[in-house]
Amino acid sequence: MDLFTQLVMAAVSSGTPLLIATLGGILIERSGIIQLGAEGLMLMGAVTACLTYLHTGSLALALLAVFGVSALLGLIHGVMTVSLRANQIVSGLAMTLFGTGFSAYLGKPVSGMPIPGSVPKLELTFLQDVPVLGPIFGRLDLLTWFSFFLVIAMHLFIHRTSAGLHLRAIGDNPATADVMGIRVQWTRYACIVIGSMLIGLAGADLLLVFSPTWIEGMTAGRGWIAVALIIFARWNPVRALLCAYFFGVLDTLGFRIQLVGSEVPSYFLKMIPYVVTILVLMFLGWRNRNQPSGAPESLGVPYLREQRF
Amino acid sequence: MTVTMSVEMRQIVKRFGTVTANDHVDFGALPGEIHALLGENGAGKSTMMCMLSGVYRPTSGDILIGGEKVRIRSPKDAMKLGVGMVFQNFRLVQTLSAAENIVLGERSSFWRGPKWIKRKQEEIEAISRKFGLSFPVDRPIWQLSVGEQQRVEIVKTLYRGANLIILDEPTSVLTPGEVDRLFETLASMKAEGKSVILTTHKLKEVMAASDRISVMRKGRMIAVMDKKETNERELARLMVGKDFAAPRPLADRPKGKPVLIMDRVEVLGGHGRKALDGISLQVHEGEIVGVAGVAGNGQKELAEVLAGLTEWRKGTIQFGGQTFKRASVRAAIEAGIAHVPENRMKSGLAGSLGAVDNLLSKSYRTPDRSRLGFLLHGRNRSWSQSLIERFDVKTPGIDTPVRQLSGGNQQKLLFAREIEMNPKLMLAVHPTQGLDVGAAEGVHRLLTDLREAGRSVLLISEDLEEIMQLSDRILVIYNGAIAGEFSRAEADRERIGMYMAGLRDAEGDAG
Repeated sequence: MDLFTQLVMAAVSSGTPLLIATLGGILIERSGIIQLGAEGLMLMGAVTACLTYLHTGSLALALLAVFGVSALLGLIHGVMTVSLRANQIVSGLAMTLFGTGFSAYLGKPVSGMPIPGSVPKLELTFLQDVPVLGPIFGRLDLLTWFSFFLVIAMHLFIHRTSAGLHLRAIGDNPATADVMGIRVQWTRYACIVIGSMLIGLAGADLLLVFSPTWIEGMTAGRGWIAVALIIFARWNPVRALLCAYFFGVLDTLGFRIQLVGSEVPSYFLKMIPYVVTILVLMFLGWRNRNQPSGAPESLGVPYLREQRF
Repeated sequence: MTVTMSVEMRQIVKRFGTVTANDHVDFGALPGEIHALLGENGAGKSTMMCMLSGVYRPTSGDILIGGEKVRIRSPKDAMKLGVGMVFQNFRLVQTLSAAENIVLGERSSFWRGPKWIKRKQEEIEAISRKFGLSFPVDRPIWQLSVGEQQRVEIVKTLYRGANLIILDEPTSVLTPGEVDRLFETLASMKAEGKSVILTTHKLKEVMAASDRISVMRKGRMIAVMDKKETNERELARLMVGKDFAAPRPLADRPKGKPVLIMDRVEVLGGHGRKALDGISLQVHEGEIVGVAGVAGNGQKELAEVLAGLTEWRKGTIQFGGQTFKRASVRAAIEAGIAHVPENRMKSGLAGSLGAVDNLLSKSYRTPDRSRLGFLLHGRNRSWSQSLIERFDVKTPGIDTPVRQLSGGNQQKLLFAREIEMNPKLMLAVHPTQGLDVGAAEGVHRLLTDLREAGRSVLLISEDLEEIMQLSDRILVIYNGAIAGEFSRAEADRERIGMYMAGLRDAEGDAG
């Protein structure tokens, strides 16, 4: 296998959890709500998947449980930020703190135990002898295929449907959307709940596909990377794919360099994705200094009908 | 009356907490008429219209549409009943295209392929053609001029089948030419049998455009009459509640030495665009120079660069014999530039602080006000008290948060602070925006007093009447440069309007 194919495979396998989490975050932030709870949601998703899978032995039940738990957490974020108009940053940070602590508590008994199975892979036999495409797409698991589907579906949803138009309007100017008869609060709730479910799924994907054992704090900052990726991707699902895979490559690069037998301490290598995050953010900020960021204009601003005037 | 009113509002009361905005108001509009709702700021006319469009709900009273009693609980309800409103601050999503804004909220057809979009664009264009409202349908709103945005708003109401179209202060953002064009559109809507309601405080427009006129004052309906039975003078008296003193004409003064000389100054605005593109102007002692123009042509940047808030890239700024090297608010204050900013509560006053602190906020450094970094408490309080009396600021006390004062009193306080600095140049940006006629008159007097005292005033305003009334010279700003200059004698509404619209060349062709 040549180096390029290896890199793409690594990008896909470690980029998929990032991609799903970023897409969930984009859905939430497009509706104008800041999403900083990704790290906590991903951990809760991972621990829920692990516990349910170990206790029931059913992958389907595990995924259902993940959706249920993260939808509930999303609903709490929704009540806090949409109905009670609490500070969205604080509410998101609280979710991360809660998720980190609670997942550690729940996961203690199963820490280090391997899960009893894996996500089924889609064997595309006709592809398997094709160079490059074969190794990359020939034996991908269903969750990864789902993430491809999700990118396309979200892109079409945002840009090609009436509901997507409403979503864009709400994120930019909720007062106008309201006057035009769009249900602002309802849509925000829907986006937060569905987006949170996706972020929870990203955590489950990390556990079920990427590293099949629960370890306390196993996301290791991936939730935060997903938050940064939303900004890199400028709230666009297709760009999210490119950005997530770019960081997927960086993530694996650390291991690779270690395998080659580098003198650099592994701690420094593990820093790579995070240092690059900061550098890329700085670079993009500088390059786009005279452009709109692509952020929904009302991101972070609670909306209340009577405040219109 | 035999004709059914297209809308009737009976005995409407609207209270916000303890404040009564509308006190048993009756109002009605007929099909096929342009009805002007006239009143000062705060007279309650916008509140009335917001109840009609479902933004507010009346505390008590009935609304009838087409003779039937209705309940309008949301803008959506209003739309279903054929009521469309064009708000003063447009309700448009800046990042969406004009067409997307117009179809926003429509639920038919979930999927929107290129075919669907094309069909909708054609529908929209058909409406625009019919009523003479042209704009590029596929461009995002932020690329459209203010006049075009307003047309999008009007088409939006028509697209949704509105029979009653409310326009809230529609002319305040338009050039005189665009105003004429708007009135033609309104006339064609009237010919279709639609009712058009126009809220405004501009008497000339009421007389030019409307068929019937309702006058509101302090939350009450004062009079309803036919345009033919009234005149501007009577309307003014009804609106204000007292006779208008005709503005006294300014006595001519000999031109003094130049105080401010700007030479080919260039300032970058957002998106790397030149907000000021080589602007040159002079202001002399004892002169009021008015800067007229449509919003967004560099007025904001002109004020900011003179107040020391924005750096400039090219050109020179000389003031009172010295040349400014770089932007510095402190240097501008010390050189003698007073600044009454566009948004008094945003960058003029600190709303939660009292009069004393606000008055001190530019002079706290001077030896009269502080010693060794400690404010001279007792002295400052009596100084503030005397300023408040001299400028006739009505406030419950010198420590009352200035947010609680009326707009007129806030503006007086701001002027007190700036004039007390003994400035060479007063930079006044939209100084009467949102003030009632009485308070605006007071501000105008302060400006002419400064002129009498030999000081200069640079008056930046979107109110052409105000500029023509006060200025010795009028500069028209267009695309970040001075497009034309008029002396008071030459000033002519039509021609200034052409320059404001950037049609200087067209004027030349017309002869």
